[in-house]
Amino acid sequence: MIWVDTIIQGILLGGLYALFASGLSLVFGIMRLVNLAHGDLIVMGAYLLLVLVTLLGLSPFIAVFIAMPLMFCLGWVLQRNLLNRTLGDDILPPLLVTFGLSIALQNALLEGFSADSQRLPTNALTTASVDAGPITLGVMPLMTFASAVLVIIGLNQLFYRTELGRAFRATSDDATTASLMGIKPANVFATATGIALVIVTIAALYLGLRANFDPNIGPARLIYAFEAVIIGGLGSLWGTLLGGIIIGVAQTVGAAINPEWQILSGHIAFLIVLLIRPRGLFPRAND
Amino acid sequence: MALLHTKDLTAHYGDFQALFGVDIELREAETVAIIGANGAGKTTLMRSISGVLRNEAASVSYDGASIGEQTADEIMAQGVAMVPEGRKLFPSLSVEENLLIGTYGRKLDGHWNLKAVYDLFPILGERRNNPGTALSGGQQQMVAIGRALMSNPRVLLCDEISLGLAPVVIKDIYKTIPQIKAAGASMIVVEQDIAQAMAVADRVYCMMEGRVTLSGTPDSLSRDDIHNAYFGASH
Repeated sequence: MIWVDTIIQGILLGGLYALFASGLSLVFGIMRLVNLAHGDLIVMGAYLLLVLVTLLGLSPFIAVFIAMPLMFCLGWVLQRNLLNRTLGDDILPPLLVTFGLSIALQNALLEGFSADSQRLPTNALTTASVDAGPITLGVMPLMTFASAVLVIIGLNQLFYRTELGRAFRATSDDATTASLMGIKPANVFATATGIALVIVTIAALYLGLRANFDPNIGPARLIYAFEAVIIGGLGSLWGTLLGGIIIGVAQTVGAAINPEWQILSGHIAFLIVLLIRPRGLFPRAND
Repeated sequence: MALLHTKDLTAHYGDFQALFGVDIELREAETVAIIGANGAGKTTLMRSISGVLRNEAASVSYDGASIGEQTADEIMAQGVAMVPEGRKLFPSLSVEENLLIGTYGRKLDGHWNLKAVYDLFPILGERRNNPGTALSGGQQQMVAIGRALMSNPRVLLCDEISLGLAPVVIKDIYKTIPQIKAAGASMIVVEQDIAQAMAVADRVYCMMEGRVTLSGTPDSLSRDDIHNAYFGASH
């Protein structure tokens, strides 16, 4: 029974990694931009929530709804004014610029909040659990996983059921021809990054509620997110969820065998998938 | 007065100059054909008019305003739609989605909508849920034309719509041009196929090496005139 419990905990942990990864997957899928500052933006989101909670005395679950539009605007401006300039045939400029952004964010957060680790205030809900037969499930991990599934359903609806989604896909295929349809690629890209940072804010909420954070943990979140995206297949949103689950399960199983193996097991699972299916589990046909 | 005209239009790709002072005009309800060999500058001219290539403001005028400096999406929103060379369907979109995206920047009630496009090209209605790129070349060309029509444009730019298609398919596609005209679009049709262009055009411009070498109505131009303007007098 302990193994069933371990695997279920791993699946739920995968929900958190899928939340880390969804924004990255969205941005990569639309504009082939790997945002190396993604993890630091998640940490920044957690600090934004902390500020809102501390200053306004709000519950983190209320604060997140104030933070989301703020983060959307930040993403829009960041993409429209900085990252769009790096896009082109050369893949190096976006990597260099987002790497630089990552360092700048980490240091700005260190300057503003010090290196002390922080945590969003918890309440009864965040420590509650439900009994499911012989297994006890935390309410917080369940909510994290449910949020990840809802985010991915929402993104799929956006992509395949709305005019904006059509514009995302068309611009991703061919920005010049998209502009002949009346689409402004620069604005479409900015909107995509705005939406990615809304998801980042949701990820930041659960990051801050479940564990301590400090300005330096961004790059490790980026690695988990990146591995989940690659396992799933670049640009596939359900693949990203599955990628998160594979890493989550590998980590909890590894930790159950030996606590020191937790992080390593996730990376090994990633390498195994990469060896067997170099393009991920659900690669897009036209990539 | 011309609905759309270019005046002393030049275009460069880096150091290479592709257009040298091109003047053409398109009047309301007219179909103009632009013929010329490969590399004559026909596609560059279409890209300049549609805003894919940016120019000096005064070099392109549409509906009384200078649009040379505007971007492709701004020009499209005012009613100049393009069927690009090579069709350029979006592979991630189905046939129907490819048609619907044509209205993104310009939503106008007019003759053209999904139903009217499916009436014009019935095969597209049958294959509406297929990926656009799963279709044959001719069917893809129909999607590209339908996509441009969806915005009910005042000016339709068609760049090499017969390129790479079988003669019977070209005939089918050209059969629809009178219907498109009748619905109220003025058209510029770029063609390498002279006979096809002559059959649909009210006026013809012939281009060579980035310049207009001949213009007139199809009746007024002799075979020799066109031959010389197309290939150069020395041939």
